[in-house]
Amino acid sequence: MSVLLAFAAAFLFATGTWLLLQRRLSRIIVGIGLIGHGSNILLLTSSNGRGLPPIIDSADPTDFADPLPQALALTSIVITFGVTVFLFAVGFRSWKLTHDDVVEDDVEDRFIARRRADRDVEESEAAEREHAVEEDRA
Amino acid sequence: MTGAFASALGADLLAADVTAPGSGIFDALVPMPVLLPLLAASLSVIFARLRNVQRVLSVVALLGVVVNNVILLSRVDEATGDAAGGIVVSQAGGWVAPLGISLVVDRLSAIMLVVSSLMLLSVLIYAIGQDSEERRFAAFHPVYLVLAAGVSASFITGDLFNLFVAFEMMLVASYVLLTLGGRAGQVRSGMSYIVISLIASTLFITTLALFYSATGTVNMAELAERIPELPSGVRTGFSLLLIAVFGIKAGIFPLFFWLPDSYPTAPNAVTAIFAGLLTKVGVYAIIRTQLLLFPMDAQQGKLLLVVAGCTMVVGVLGALANDDLQRILSFHIISHIGYMIMGLGLFTLAGVAGAVFYVVHHIVVKTALFLVAGLIERKAGSDRLSRLGGMVRSAPMIAVLYALPALSIAGLPPFSGFVAKFALVGAAIEAEQWAIVVVALSVSLLTMYVMGRIWSSVFWGESDDAAVMARLAPGVTRVPMLMTAATVVVVGLSLALLVFAGPLYDLAERAATDLLNPQGYIDAVLPNSGDVEVGG
Repeated sequence: MSVLLAFAAAFLFATGTWLLLQRRLSRIIVGIGLIGHGSNILLLTSSNGRGLPPIIDSADPTDFADPLPQALALTSIVITFGVTVFLFAVGFRSWKLTHDDVVEDDVEDRFIARRRADRDVEESEAAEREHAVEEDRA
Repeated sequence: MTGAFASALGADLLAADVTAPGSGIFDALVPMPVLLPLLAASLSVIFARLRNVQRVLSVVALLGVVVNNVILLSRVDEATGDAAGGIVVSQAGGWVAPLGISLVVDRLSAIMLVVSSLMLLSVLIYAIGQDSEERRFAAFHPVYLVLAAGVSASFITGDLFNLFVAFEMMLVASYVLLTLGGRAGQVRSGMSYIVISLIASTLFITTLALFYSATGTVNMAELAERIPELPSGVRTGFSLLLIAVFGIKAGIFPLFFWLPDSYPTAPNAVTAIFAGLLTKVGVYAIIRTQLLLFPMDAQQGKLLLVVAGCTMVVGVLGALANDDLQRILSFHIISHIGYMIMGLGLFTLAGVAGAVFYVVHHIVVKTALFLVAGLIERKAGSDRLSRLGGMVRSAPMIAVLYALPALSIAGLPPFSGFVAKFALVGAAIEAEQWAIVVVALSVSLLTMYVMGRIWSSVFWGESDDAAVMARLAPGVTRVPMLMTAATVVVVGLSLALLVFAGPLYDLAERAATDLLNPQGYIDAVLPNSGDVEVGG
């Protein structure tokens, strides 16, 4: 059982990571969802496995299943669900604004890179001009 | 670790000792920094249409939190000599530590609570004065209060899973604040911010799952007792996982890339609070977990020093390359995170004390700088260095307000930045880590250059942009009084750090002493751990 769960978690992590590395936001969101499921399964496997329902006085406490990881997994499912929905909303807004769901590069970074490129072009043009002047003299 | 819960349940329930022993009046103050803002947030939703009621609610709630935190700090710092060593613990719901969630305030938490609540209150007043996002969106006040609750919860929790919940509270609020308005730039950078934070959160859950399967607990005090029993390889792995999880939030070297892209697109006041607090919550979490859970491992000390050096250098170089005021300051945050990590990486009393002092100094000064950047943008209508100029004549007040925190962050002698850097570099020399000393000092010089560059292009010379010149002409644009007043208060606080540098450093040193002796923390949270053997 727990070997199966371990493989399931590994598969979810692997698929999720691959999807995360894509440029389309829709795939990234699905990828995050899959990784979230993978980590929740991992949380569940961190308990002692099967056991009786942990209700006091119903049985010997040592036969109980550990309820804590289940509670933790439930909390994290709720949180991941909420945030994913918010991400969908932001993605929808982005699609309405740009009609595209490709994640763009950092605008300022491109601005700085362009400034650098412009300066390089100017420098090479200046060098060419100087070269031409020197040739004229010769 | 099978049956950890079952045996805990058996042992404790049968002993009929699951309720916390006689909680005093001060224990009741512990959850207040979280409860007050949350209560105000829910009321704020009800009064969504009445902006002035919302404003009063938020200010009153945060003022209450400030008072509450100051009382907590004074109580915690009174070394009364009892076994708890001045640590105030509140067991949520009255369940004793291994079963319930412990809320713990020691000196470090109390310091962080006081500073963060002061910043939250000042920035809220600034946002009210700014009269833009805060006025247009009914969601601003409730979400801001939830952010305040999340930040406070991260500082007081003594439970690793609860720390995750606190982080999420803070992050979800920050997603909304960052994308408030839904402009194209905000949506673009907001998406990458949310995706990165979500990945960090899932990594945190994964780490928690591994922690639980190895130790059978998520209570930090109990983890601190059990982790030393693990094989050293597993211990190092756990330590690195936690550094990675919190490092994404703190913006340390290889994990900082999202920060300068996302912060500047938020509204000014929001950027100020993000810059001042959110990254520092990550730093706090690194300091807390590394010192409490992994006390004597030399390996990650070296790693942290290397990371710290890279963080400093990359941050300051990024700040040099940029032209946009907010982005320069954002890159600059990264550089200074490096100093805090450096203090921790030394793992000495002086180093940790220096790091604590640096965190306090940086929260105040960085918030001040971002608030001033907001004033500049409001006055001149632009925050590009290449378009600004000559503001020392048209806005001398803003010039003074910029100069004081800028000199402080550059580490010039009389200011708190000098005290902080001096303490850190002194600690590094003492520990004979010469490489990091050289890096820290040269980055400090570059910081001065960055601050000087902002000064000379914003305040000196002439702007060659007609639109900016028109706005800077006398009497054309007025900066709202409340914005300036809030900035003056924060700058004043940064000067107060200089006046009270001595007592504050002593306090940081006492906090560091507590941190380096985690047994006090463990005893305070688990008073019966000697009597009741839990788990097995």
